[in-house]
Amino acid sequence: MTSRKTFQTIAWNGIWKQNTSFAQILGLCPLLAVSTNMVNGVMLSLATLIVMALSNIAVASLRHLIPHEIRIPVFILIVAALVTVVDLLFNALYHELYVILGIFIPLITTNCIVLARVEAFAGKNPPVESLFDGVFMGVGMLWSLALLGALRELISGGTLLSGIDMVIPGARAIQVLPEEYPGFLLAALPPGAFILLGVLIAGKNWLDIRAAARQKSRPAAPLAAAAENA
Amino acid sequence: MNFISPPYLHAETSVRRVMNRVMLALLPGIVVYTALVGVAIIVQILLACFFALLFEGLFQKLRGRSLASLQDGSALVTACLIALTFPPLSPWWLTVLGVFFAIVIAKQLYGGLGQNPFNPAMIAFAVCIVAFPALMSQWPAQGLYLPLSQQMEVIFGVSPRIDALTAATPLDAIKTALKMDSFTGSIQELLKSQSLYGTFAGRGWEWVTTAYLVGGLFLVQRRVITWQVPVAFLASMTVISLICWLVDPTRFSDPLFHLFSGGTMLGAFFIATDPVSGCATPTGKLIFGGGAGLLAYLIRVFGGFPDGIAFSILMMNICAPLIDVYTQPAIFGMRRGGKKKEREHE
Repeated sequence: MTSRKTFQTIAWNGIWKQNTSFAQILGLCPLLAVSTNMVNGVMLSLATLIVMALSNIAVASLRHLIPHEIRIPVFILIVAALVTVVDLLFNALYHELYVILGIFIPLITTNCIVLARVEAFAGKNPPVESLFDGVFMGVGMLWSLALLGALRELISGGTLLSGIDMVIPGARAIQVLPEEYPGFLLAALPPGAFILLGVLIAGKNWLDIRAAARQKSRPAAPLAAAAENA
Repeated sequence: MNFISPPYLHAETSVRRVMNRVMLALLPGIVVYTALVGVAIIVQILLACFFALLFEGLFQKLRGRSLASLQDGSALVTACLIALTFPPLSPWWLTVLGVFFAIVIAKQLYGGLGQNPFNPAMIAFAVCIVAFPALMSQWPAQGLYLPLSQQMEVIFGVSPRIDALTAATPLDAIKTALKMDSFTGSIQELLKSQSLYGTFAGRGWEWVTTAYLVGGLFLVQRRVITWQVPVAFLASMTVISLICWLVDPTRFSDPLFHLFSGGTMLGAFFIATDPVSGCATPTGKLIFGGGAGLLAYLIRVFGGFPDGIAFSILMMNICAPLIDVYTQPAIFGMRRGGKKKEREHE
């Protein structure tokens, strides 16, 4: 039985260390196209999360039966079947949102994040860990798309959670900046998304470097000093 | 007789010296521009310069570099170009935003002076015209001369922006006419009827662009810039506009109009000649200038934006490294591409 530590590592990898958007920088196409606001970003991430969790279990369970040479087509078939399920589900539950997200839900099939997790993790690990990995990779994607979407929405229009009524009927978008805010259209366009993504990646790297420097300086301080003296 | 023996040394050229000369060359243009639209443009230049130095200093500090680079004047030249290409009565925050994108995003994030693949001032223009197309197209109406206090109120947003303050530029007018199917008559008549036409180009603006030309020729004469880029730029624009004009003189303006309208002169002499984001080889400079002139004409006449200089120069900036690769001059004693010449008798 795998230890608790393994699950913690998987979770941490998904959420932060190997974050799909800020560390692996995978799946940029849906990232840029759909993160124009928070709701779209979160909902597409949710769809991807479901697909990743299910496809990881499926592939991990079947991993001994899949011939190595043709594993990629088999993986894609499994993923495509699951995406079709999610696609129909979204169409039934959130039809308006489904229309907006459009091609990007079927395109989850070709999203390199899904294939990357299936190939790099689920093909080599047991189902439970694989499920965990799928879910936490999805969570990592979810918070990064939510953050990017929120920033883009805020900068381009001054609102948050616009379009929330498509998910929760009756809910209203929050007007954060005053109504007179002229709106900065660039943030809603792909170049603005690239610039903001770059800024967020820089922010993550900055935090990582700072954390690494702290960890180095704290417990290792006496040793390092000794080494310098010697 | 006095002979000076070799080795002869060139006078030291520094970034600061080059930038000072560029500023000096911009001066006639700024003076004529001020006479045309009022002190607002001076205010915009000062505003842009102040924030350019502020952002440059801030980011040099953040990147752990010395603040000495503030003195090289490159940020100031960028600031001046931004102020001169933006509408003179644009709100203060638009100018500051442009300066931010030019200095921080287009220059400092790429590694500072000499590292930027794109011309910073043109990035500022492109960002602002894409994000705020309405504000960036509000050029002051011809003959409008607001008192200074009122201009300040418009720039600093105390009084509401009134659309009546602004009017179509000559370039806008011909573009609109070109897109109207029902348009009959000729461009020249249209411009005259809207009293947009002066002696040889857009009224008023023709003298501003002439002043840029004078400043640009000074730069060429002082060897601050080489002749290739401006000549190729102006030549390609002349050729393409001449072709269009000869094909249908009622729908297209004459070459002289295009040379002296919008940002042609400023772009040809001051922006496309940027040594950092442009081509380095002589042949490359000809291709760069020619491409920029051609694209500028196509965008300004057939595109959706008021003028094409910014986008054409940015597009050529993208191509510049590739052009440089293919236009390397032959090294003495070598063939093009660096291979050694084979001896003939071997």
